[in-house]
Amino acid sequence: MAVVQDVHGHVHGHPTGIMRWIGATNHKDIGTMYLCFSLTMLFIGGFLIMGVRAELFMPGMQIFEPEVFNSFTTLHGLIMVFGAIMPAFVGFANWQVPMMIGAPDMAFARMNNWSFWLLPVAASLLIGSFFVPGGAAAGGWTFYPPLSTQGGLGVDMMIFAIHILGASSIMGAINIITTILNMRAPGMTLMKMPMFVWTWLITAYLLVLVMPVLAGTVTMLLTDRHFGTSFFNAAGGGDPVLFQHVFWFFGHPEVYIMILPSFGIVSEVIPTFARKPLFGYSSMVYATASIAILSCIVWAHHMFSVGMPAAGQLFFMYATMLIAVPTGVKVFNWTATMWRGSMTFETPMLFAIGFILLFVIGGFSGVVCALVPVDIQVQDTYYVIAHFHYVLVSGSLFSLFAGAYYWLPKWSGRMYDETLGKWHFWLSMVFFNLTFFVQHFLGLAGMPRRIPDYALQFADFNMISSIGAFGFGLAQLLFVYIVIKCLRSGEKAPDMPWDGAKTLEWTHLPTPAPYHSFETPPVVKF
Amino acid sequence: MGSKLLSFWVGVMVLGFYSGSAVSSKYNLPEPQTIIAQQIYDQHIWALWICLVIFIAVFGVMGYSIVKHRKSAGYKAANFHHSTTVEIIWTAIPCIILIFMAWPATKTVIAMKDTTESDITVKVTGYQWMWGYDYLQGEGEGIKFYSQLATSQSEIHNETPKGENYLLEVNNRLVVPVGKKIRIILTANDVLHAWWVPALGVKQDAIPGFIRDTWFTADNVGVFRGQCAELCGKEHGFMPIVVEVVEEQQYAQWVADQLKTAATDANAAIINAAAK
Amino acid sequence: MKLDEPRINVKMLRKLLVFSVMMFGFGYAMVPLYEKFCEVTGIYELQQPDVLDKNAKVDETRIINIQLDANVRGLPWSFRPLQSAIQVHPGKSAEVIYEISNQSDKTQAGQAIPSYSPRNLERYLKKFECFCFTQQELEGGETRQMAVRFVIDPELPKDVHTATLSYTFFSLMKD
Repeated sequence: MAVVQDVHGHVHGHPTGIMRWIGATNHKDIGTMYLCFSLTMLFIGGFLIMGVRAELFMPGMQIFEPEVFNSFTTLHGLIMVFGAIMPAFVGFANWQVPMMIGAPDMAFARMNNWSFWLLPVAASLLIGSFFVPGGAAAGGWTFYPPLSTQGGLGVDMMIFAIHILGASSIMGAINIITTILNMRAPGMTLMKMPMFVWTWLITAYLLVLVMPVLAGTVTMLLTDRHFGTSFFNAAGGGDPVLFQHVFWFFGHPEVYIMILPSFGIVSEVIPTFARKPLFGYSSMVYATASIAILSCIVWAHHMFSVGMPAAGQLFFMYATMLIAVPTGVKVFNWTATMWRGSMTFETPMLFAIGFILLFVIGGFSGVVCALVPVDIQVQDTYYVIAHFHYVLVSGSLFSLFAGAYYWLPKWSGRMYDETLGKWHFWLSMVFFNLTFFVQHFLGLAGMPRRIPDYALQFADFNMISSIGAFGFGLAQLLFVYIVIKCLRSGEKAPDMPWDGAKTLEWTHLPTPAPYHSFETPPVVKF
Repeated sequence: MGSKLLSFWVGVMVLGFYSGSAVSSKYNLPEPQTIIAQQIYDQHIWALWICLVIFIAVFGVMGYSIVKHRKSAGYKAANFHHSTTVEIIWTAIPCIILIFMAWPATKTVIAMKDTTESDITVKVTGYQWMWGYDYLQGEGEGIKFYSQLATSQSEIHNETPKGENYLLEVNNRLVVPVGKKIRIILTANDVLHAWWVPALGVKQDAIPGFIRDTWFTADNVGVFRGQCAELCGKEHGFMPIVVEVVEEQQYAQWVADQLKTAATDANAAIINAAAK
Repeated sequence: MKLDEPRINVKMLRKLLVFSVMMFGFGYAMVPLYEKFCEVTGIYELQQPDVLDKNAKVDETRIINIQLDANVRGLPWSFRPLQSAIQVHPGKSAEVIYEISNQSDKTQAGQAIPSYSPRNLERYLKKFECFCFTQQELEGGETRQMAVRFVIDPELPKDVHTATLSYTFFSLMKD
């Protein structure tokens, strides 16, 4: 954090030192804190999965007791979803949304501060749960009852952490919606907003729609555990399957909460480096909105093996497959944007192209999973693990890297090291595929997920996957080095480092972006 | 760089598909032993081919663009950004493709639900951490036993060499006759479990307090292995499923043996009780 | 910057907060909604006797094989049906007997929860007497035989030939 302070050190007229961060109300400060927080969590979640992959390196039990193994996978999922990916996107929104729409700051600066500072509290609860008697929650990140009603104090800490994270997300989302709807510069109509702002507006609506449902779910679980209710307990007239319905009613839109802002970032990066406007802007907006709406009626495709009636399975299969259509439109639009452009391939562009390539593979395996009969075979296997890591790592995480490299010069006023950036991309790309491509085969061949030990025929692919995972983990340290090097000693960035950039933060603000920007709204003409 | 990347990927995919088409390879679903498993297998391959064609088409165009439309090659950017016709075409085509994928899947889903008119009904109960089997109706009615992992702790802890069916062997196998429709009723004792035998195309969650059903008719004799597929606590990875499909005669013999042992056990229990 | 902007913002904040609270409530509303949904589709069992429709015609052309199943959770009881299955004509009333026996020496109470396969069977299986309508208390060592009297609705879909009626006894003691 000290490093970041140096960058802003020359700006006067605001609190300095630690109080600047604790009492921060400036959207750029808060955005920086979100990004630092999520990067830290990325490494904590990554550390957990390195342990898991080390155990899975060879058949047999080497490192963990099975229960500890389960809590490592559980916390890996929770920390990555709620601690790394979601806050990172909120960080991007904090930095970029006000600058891209010509607003001076977020709508509710004080609430913005609270929604950030709730995160470290929740994170300490999650991490601290490893050290309480009984250990951390070990029922998977989906914490299905009755297994999750069996756990100890760790489960209660997890429930409390999820409540706090939910509150933080809801506040963040309300802030973003209000900022976008009420604080755009004159002339910036909704259909002239940058794609990143559009995707975040839709994401924020999804957040206020489903995060409260998650809060309700965990509250029901809590009262089932301690106050004698029987929502999910057959003995008292409840139904364990009900939990899955309520959880996935949150859980599926959650997937799109983590991918829609990625679409936004990629839709900013590609036109810039293709030096050509985004193809089919309005169809991109409609596609994003239809993905969001469809995401609310497909939840039960996570539960094809619970024994739904055939009509239910068919409905959810058709609805799920339908999502491929707007998603396809997006991919085609990006391709058309690149077509006959004048492309250069700096690191952000590489990550964006890598995103499209690998996200499409994740999308294909998604369609395969949507087919109920095939899903019956692959549900809860490594095939599903490969599928959602293709959309969440090479999807969300790669787009976050693309965005970070793209906007780092604007935020810090300095250029990152292009050669190292390219190394980061190629290492990530190779090791990512080494880790996850083989997991498709593992799943098809019959390896269930969440098992600490496996049959001998899975040994070679697991070893390849573990090697890939270690490589991928190490490659991310390079990113930290690149960022630190950029902030410390990067070359001074010109006002317009990317000659194809067209959004307000590039065209109307100097580089680095001043601490207070757009106190007088710019006049937007297109 | 782009074209190399593309050809690399096409190569990887083609290799994947080539080996994927090889039945019973470790790159693909296990060799199907039931009608349903066969349909699943075929639909998966069908879906993969469709995906491969789309993949090549989309990334062929993108790869060409990456090679040709680059600034370093002196290409000047065009300025188009909209075409309603093109947009309608690439919305409509995926819809049509999806129908071709959904149609066979729909028929299989309906077939999978048809558990009626079975020859033998077996109740499967998930326990933390083993399976219980009860032959409810049909030949073998009344047989009940538990089925636990048969791999030794020393193998798991790397103290002795691992056997061929490491983690996939049980003390009591579920024995069923070939060619007969087996209806499986599932429930669980404590938490969720899932009974999964890939070669038979069967996976169904077991839910405490409720029953669910599924079915299979094995076409060939053999031993088919599976595992619990729903996280159920610390020994989740250590509760395999082994189904032994045998000829009808052999099954009758097995049933007779089982019932005799059960009767002897019951007698022994009565004698023990009387002795007390 | 317009002066009234913060007020617009506060108004929107209020609306969105109310919406969030409503969605929190919706999470809970899914409980009765789910039950209602299951009831309509015939998956959920109401703990109420059904009324026998005297005019129901017996469908002699069909025979339904009803398999009987019994489970006990958390009680030292044995619980079994006296016959493994019963063949009935739709519309004709049938009776099956279950036997429970408390194998401990303490008095214990349990409640049976029914479950059906196929899941929409509940809609067509009309029970007018069942031990699952009330909780059962057994003294130590006591054995009790209990009846379920039911009729299969002739409206039962034609493709159903085999069905399962299952009960699970749960302990009523809090542990």
